[in-house]
Formats: sequence, C-alpha cells, structure tokens
Amino acid sequence: MDSLSLLMDGFGSALTPTNLLYAALGVLLGTAVGVLPGIGPAMTVALLLPVTYNVSPSSALIMFAGIYYGGMYGGSTTSILLNTPGESSSVVTAIEGNKMAKAGRAAQALATAAIGSFVAGSIGTALLVLVAAPVADVVVELGAPSYFAMMLLALLAVTAVLGASRLRGFIGLFLGLAIGLVGTQTGQPRLTFGQPLLADGIDIVVVAVAIFAVGEALWVAAHLRRKPLDVIPVGVPWMSRDDLRRSWRPWLRGTAFGFPFGALPAGGAEMPTFLSYITERKLTKKPEEFGHGAIEGVAGPEAANNASAAGTLVPLLALGLPTTATAAVILAAMQGYGIQPGPALFDNESALVWTLLASLFIANALLLALNLPMAPLWAKLLRTPRPYLYAGILFFASLGAYSVNFQWFDLLLLLVFGLLGLLMRRFGIPVLPLIIGVILGPTLEYQLAQALAISSGDVSTLWSEPVAVVVYAVLILGGLALAAKSVIDARAPRDTSAPDEREKVDA
Amino acid sequence: MTVLVAYSADVYGEAALDHGIAEASAAGERLVVVNVTRGDALVDERYAGADAAGSLRSRLEALDVEAELRQSMSPDVAGEVLAAAGEVSPRILVVGIRRRTPLGKLVMGSVAQRLILEAHCPVVAVKPAG
Repeated sequence: MDSLSLLMDGFGSALTPTNLLYAALGVLLGTAVGVLPGIGPAMTVALLLPVTYNVSPSSALIMFAGIYYGGMYGGSTTSILLNTPGESSSVVTAIEGNKMAKAGRAAQALATAAIGSFVAGSIGTALLVLVAAPVADVVVELGAPSYFAMMLLALLAVTAVLGASRLRGFIGLFLGLAIGLVGTQTGQPRLTFGQPLLADGIDIVVVAVAIFAVGEALWVAAHLRRKPLDVIPVGVPWMSRDDLRRSWRPWLRGTAFGFPFGALPAGGAEMPTFLSYITERKLTKKPEEFGHGAIEGVAGPEAANNASAAGTLVPLLALGLPTTATAAVILAAMQGYGIQPGPALFDNESALVWTLLASLFIANALLLALNLPMAPLWAKLLRTPRPYLYAGILFFASLGAYSVNFQWFDLLLLLVFGLLGLLMRRFGIPVLPLIIGVILGPTLEYQLAQALAISSGDVSTLWSEPVAVVVYAVLILGGLALAAKSVIDARAPRDTSAPDEREKVDA
Repeated sequence: MTVLVAYSADVYGEAALDHGIAEASAAGERLVVVNVTRGDALVDERYAGADAAGSLRSRLEALDVEAELRQSMSPDVAGEVLAAAGEVSPRILVVGIRRRTPLGKLVMGSVAQRLILEAHCPVVAVKPAG
C-alpha cells in the first residue's frame, strides 16, 4: 500500500469518537498549558504518562501530540497579550506581538499567529508524512554502530548547540546519563547503593515528573508573589485583507525555517523562530514598523514554531531520537507501551503511526477552530492564582509517581529529583539534556553493547559503517568549530555587559 | 479627619471611589485610596496597572482635597486595608460590595465582609449603579 491509502486508513481510525475525544482533550490541555508561562507541554505529557497504563497506545499518543501542537499555539497568546512568553518557542513572538497589542492590534496579532500556526502545522505535517516513511526505509538498513553514532550526535548536539552555556548543558547531560545508569540491567548493579528497590532502575515517569513538575512547582513557590502584569484586553481575533497580504509570505518562510530545524538533532523551536524574525525584518517593505508592532514579525516566528513541532516528529518516529523535551517524554511514553520508535515502527506498528499522523491534521484543524473564537477565554486563564495551580500540579505529580509501582520509595525519589530540578533552575542548568540523557543513555549503551557483541569486542566496528563515519566526521567538525569559536571569543575583548540573565527554563 | 477607600480596578471599586470622593470633597477631608493585590496570579485585573494607576493619580490630584493612592502587595488583602485604616484612623472606610453565592464566598472569601466586621471605624458599603 502506498502512503496515501495508509494515511486514509489512518484518518478512518483517527475519526472514531474515542480518538477524536482524545485529540480534542489534547489540544485543549495543550493550549491551556501553552498559555500559562512555566507550564509547558513537556510537563503536561510527563504528568499524563500514568494514563498510558489504561489508555490504548493510539489514543494516548494522539492526545500527547495534540498537547504538543496545542502548546505551540497557546504560547503565542501570552506572548502577545502579556509580553511574557508562554513558552520558550514564543519568546520572539513577544517582540512584535506585544507592540502590536499595545497599539490596539491585539486581535490581528492573535489572528495571524493562529492562522499562521495552522498553515505551518498543516504543511509541516504533510512534509512529515512525506519524509518520515522514506527516511525510516533508509535507516532500517543501518546497524548498531551507525545508531550508536547518531545517538551520540543527538546527545552532544542538543547539549552543545542549545542554551547559553555549554558547561551547564553538559552538567545536565551527565546528570541525566548518571540517572540512566542506575539499575542492574547489564547484569551487575550500578549506582544502586545496595538498595533493592533501585535494582530495576529509576522509572522515567518519576524522573520526568520530578524534574518538570515538582522542580517547577518548587521554583515558583520560591518566587510566589510578584506584581501582576498588565494584560491587554482583546476581543475575537480577526484580520483584514491587508494583514493577510502581509502575512502569508512570512507564514511560508517561517514554515521553511521551522520544519528542517525541528527535524535536525539540535532542533527545537528557539532557533528557527529567531531566524524567521531576522529574515522578516530584513525582507519587510515597512522596516519602520519593526520594533513598533510589525505583523510580519508575529506571522513568521509563529509559523516557524509550529512547523518545527512537526519536524521534531521526523527523527522521533523514524529514528527514535527525541530533539525536544516534549518529544523526549513522548518517546518515554512509547517505550512504556513496549513500542520501540525507530525505522521498524513503520512496519511493526503501521496502523498506529498512520492514525497518529492523521490525527495531527485533525488536531491542527481543531486548534484553529478553538483558538480563533476562544482567545479572550484563554487569556482569562492567566488570572488563576498560582497556589491553586501548583497545588494541583503537585497532586498529580505525586499521584503519577506513586502509580508507577505503588511504592513509597518512588515518592521519595520524586522529592529528591524535584529538589534537583529546583537546583537546576536556580543555577540555570537546562533540563533538556538531562531528560534526553536519561532516556537515550540506556539505549545508547544497548547499541554499543550490541555492536561490540557482533564484532566480538573489536572496537573498530564502531567506525565500520559509512553512516557512522560521516556522523563522526560531523561531530569532529562541529567540535573544531566550537573550539575555534571559543578561542576567537577569548581573544576578543570581553564584553563587560555579558548577559548573565538566567535562562528561562521552560518545562 | 480622613476618608479611606478600599479600591479595586473594577465597577465595585469605582463605585466606592466615587462615593469616597464625594464624602471627602463635601467635608473637605483627606482622601486615602488603597489598592492591594495578592500578587499570586500572573494577571490581577482588580489591581490598577501602570496606566490605570497613572490616570487614577491624576484624577486624585485634580481634587480640591488632599488625596493619595497607595498600592501594595500582600497575601492578606483585607488585612492590608485594615492596617492602613489603623494607621490613618479614618472617619469612614468606603468599600464596594458585590453579590456572592454562599459557595463563591466559601471558595474566594470576602474582603468586604472582613472589612465590615473588623474595621474600627464606620464602614460604608457601596454598590455600583444599575
């Protein structure tokens, strides 16, 4: 069967009432958490991981994907109305979006963000459908050495490229890898401290919930009272023909930036949204409007972040490599079902994959239908008092962690890792490398062991496959480039106004 | 003597403010307007933001009587107003009141009720017109 008829089958099962319900639930939740700063899709999916015990894999994944897409939409509302990004992917949107809102054009800013997200999400999902299956077909031929190399690249790229400080990134990564080591999976106990309850390793649900939810809740509790921000009142979003004329090109360009960056190992939404903003500022016919609320500066980045969300699913589905925190937690959910994402997924779980892809289109359409008329309602969420919100989050976090094994020990681990999450936020250590380290570390080790077992211990097998050699070459080149850059930076006179602003850790 | 107004940036607060201004102007008294937020939500529409506070201040300055606006942040809104009342010893305290269902009062509490019950001066409860 070709992709199109498989996709049609996927629509068939995605449009069943149950799956539609989960898609609607996902996009509603996703938008809500997207609107609220500090709470993001990664935390939400982590909190919902325990539902995977009772819900069928396709329904759960549909909901998670809806949350992921919804988070990208919701973040823009907060950026525009409050000048505080709801999500890290909406930081750039705030630059022009809030200026537009202050100039009384909030409705147009929200409209171009929502419609742009829809356009980009649809194109991105279509590209995902076109690209993922062929990529999987190529990748399925690869052996353990190539996998090992690609995972190494993904780990190092995510750590080194994202974030302001590489040192902090690597601290996060090694913390994650260390947590992933705990257990006796390899035959001998490692880091179990003689504690039999640690013999099975630390469940990823506990780590994810602790780092994202408990860490954030403790962090917010430490800064509970802040002066309220001025919110700009808004009606139902709409845009004029002129706004549309100025928006459609930025939408398409934003999509072109977002999708490939999402698909790259060091992807994420921050870089393409920023690039899209720069490009629109260069190409605009009305440069005088930039900095005072140019609609192009909202349209481009918002399209880019949704396209990157679709792009992220390419490596996740075809390679089993997560490149964002949310993708990492979705990967954990799939592993919880015993589904191993990667090239074999398209053969083994064909129905599941195509239902998921079809439901992405549906989620996208649902989001547009929800967000255009309901924007004023979403803005009301910002009035939720933090104590209520975080009490609820802590409740669900504890419930989720306890439901893994029904052991008090997991609650203790939750608290310990929650404190770790708080300290990471305090010292600006990014959480993404940690969570990817926890999830990919054991898989990385498995691939290494696999490769060495086949070659009966000969290390040279690691560079015996062409793909592996190419990946190592990329790694070395990247390493050299970074080294060269830091040498140049060190020689250049130090910028005294070095930005020591703490990076906003968005869960 | 002084007139103290417990202000919130909505119709109830406006009603209280209007009455407070009328009282203070009639008696030639000092007017103190307090606006408190719990500061625990990202957005509190009853707390006057920078623009609203500015226009409120200029409105107070235009009055014939001495008037000031005090804004503060406290987990206990009613307690903050009562503290201000203890400090300036007003002749009256003006507060806007709203309709509350028993359940709503249970969940949200009632600042107005605490002011009426606990203030040491007469409390004038004002409703918005209409």
